[in-house]
Amino acid sequence: MVNTTYVGIKTLMRKEIHRILRIWTQTLLPPAITMTLYFIIFGNLIGSRIGEMDGFDYMSFIVPGLVMMAVITSSYGNMVSSFFGAKFSKHIEELLISPMPNWAILVGYVGGCLFRGLAVGIIVTGVSLFFTDIQIHNIWIVISTVVLTSVVFSLAGFVNAAFATKFDDIAIIPTFILTPLTYLGGVFYSISLLPEFWQGVSKINPVLYMVNTFRYGFLGVSDINIFVAYGLIISFVVILGFFSWLILHKGWGLRS
Amino acid sequence: MTHAIEVNNLVKTYSDGTQALKGIDLTVEADQIFALLGPNGAGKSTLIGIISSLVNSTSGTVKVFGKDLHKDRKAVKSMIGLVPQEFNFNTFETPFDIVRNQAGFYGIPVKEANRRTEKYLKQLQLWDKKDSISRGLSGGMKRRLMIARAMVNEPRLLILDEPTAGVDIEIRRSMWLFLEDIAATGTTIILTTHYLEEAEQLCKNIAIIDHGEIVKNTTIKELIKTLDIETFIFDLDQKPDSVLLNQLHAKAKDEASIELSLAKSECLNSVFKQLDDAGYRVISMRNKANRLEELFVAMTGDKNLPTREQNHG
Repeated sequence: MVNTTYVGIKTLMRKEIHRILRIWTQTLLPPAITMTLYFIIFGNLIGSRIGEMDGFDYMSFIVPGLVMMAVITSSYGNMVSSFFGAKFSKHIEELLISPMPNWAILVGYVGGCLFRGLAVGIIVTGVSLFFTDIQIHNIWIVISTVVLTSVVFSLAGFVNAAFATKFDDIAIIPTFILTPLTYLGGVFYSISLLPEFWQGVSKINPVLYMVNTFRYGFLGVSDINIFVAYGLIISFVVILGFFSWLILHKGWGLRS
Repeated sequence: MTHAIEVNNLVKTYSDGTQALKGIDLTVEADQIFALLGPNGAGKSTLIGIISSLVNSTSGTVKVFGKDLHKDRKAVKSMIGLVPQEFNFNTFETPFDIVRNQAGFYGIPVKEANRRTEKYLKQLQLWDKKDSISRGLSGGMKRRLMIARAMVNEPRLLILDEPTAGVDIEIRRSMWLFLEDIAATGTTIILTTHYLEEAEQLCKNIAIIDHGEIVKNTTIKELIKTLDIETFIFDLDQKPDSVLLNQLHAKAKDEASIELSLAKSECLNSVFKQLDDAGYRVISMRNKANRLEELFVAMTGDKNLPTREQNHG
């Protein structure tokens, strides 16, 4: 007996992965180029003058942050472009009329985003090897953090796409919220360099927890308690996951 | 006997306050082709949207083959195939991928999905286009692609929202044959159409919806029986003069044709006799246009039709 829901999820994930690979010049190539530029400029040219950060040379310090930044941007971007595109051209109706449960639709889309997030993460990590050696302190922390973070931002992208009614709506949040949070999330610096007040302010930025936990997996150093970070990231997954399911269940932004 | 569809007191009020359905009741028997007619904005697409889970109802119940839509939505969805009015597929994908993916969404394993995809693309004469980007297909091909996609889960109930809009006569007739074949296999078909000839050709039963209410739900035969006037066009061997037109209460159609309406009780022999006596020979005679169209206009009222004044702004 074939599990029909499993077949549905597999189909949706295959469709999404096929889309990502079909337009690889838009989905996989740009992060590789952007991050190469970051490595050259911040790592090599400027980084050599900065010296050590938390006991590591600057290039080694920023690699985990830049990988995470690429994963976050790709996961979010994949969901908003794919789901809003499906909504805009109405082929989301193919799924809405099908017997696939709402949670399965969500899993299928998030699976596609996870594929892109991880693919981009691997590509950027590969690029970084041209510039520095990578050490891994705890591989399981690296894998779990990157997967959970990709899921969080896929779900956030889903909420954005579901309520978006025009293309502007899916550009506003990445530009005005996601980018500042990422740049101020400890990708390029340790918050220990900041005055105490700004350290406190930085700690309300969820990206800080994700970047630092990921960095801990590589380097074994972190500005925050990684157990708190895991608690926070998992809470985001649960809350955003439930809210996304509710959107599909109620049809908010999808059914009139 | 289980009905294909049972709709009870179905109401839909949109967020802007528009009441698209005003508590309609509708029953559609299984194993037939059923027509849903109505002018634009009458509520047809809203009704279809609710049945196929694309629109949330405000109140009322919908049952499909005895299963309640709200209580057993998954089972209801499994039994339905939908061909919407607007193209709603990813135009960057190929017909093969579009149809096969839809099969996957219905839980059909890939091997069987591939087999069915081939079957329905071939039946709808799209097999040679299976690997083309669907954006490049003609309007008729896109419409047939949506029918293939809707058939891939082999639904018990196939709903088509104006399936032949914008396709040429040849394709329209081949689609009619296809739908008749599908119906013959035991699939219940509900279609909305603006082509009343289509409803008359394909359907046994019909419902007319207007302003969110069912104004008629009967058999096409019964409906046509209620017509008490028929209009004929006579092609004559010469231009009719005004005396003849007055005598027959007819109007000139063109150079040598007249159009006259007769009550069903009236005999055509008298018309032929009067023409003969006046020295005219009848070259040919035909029924005017579509009988159902006259009924439709009568039932939905002149309000839906543009007047000459409206047309001129």
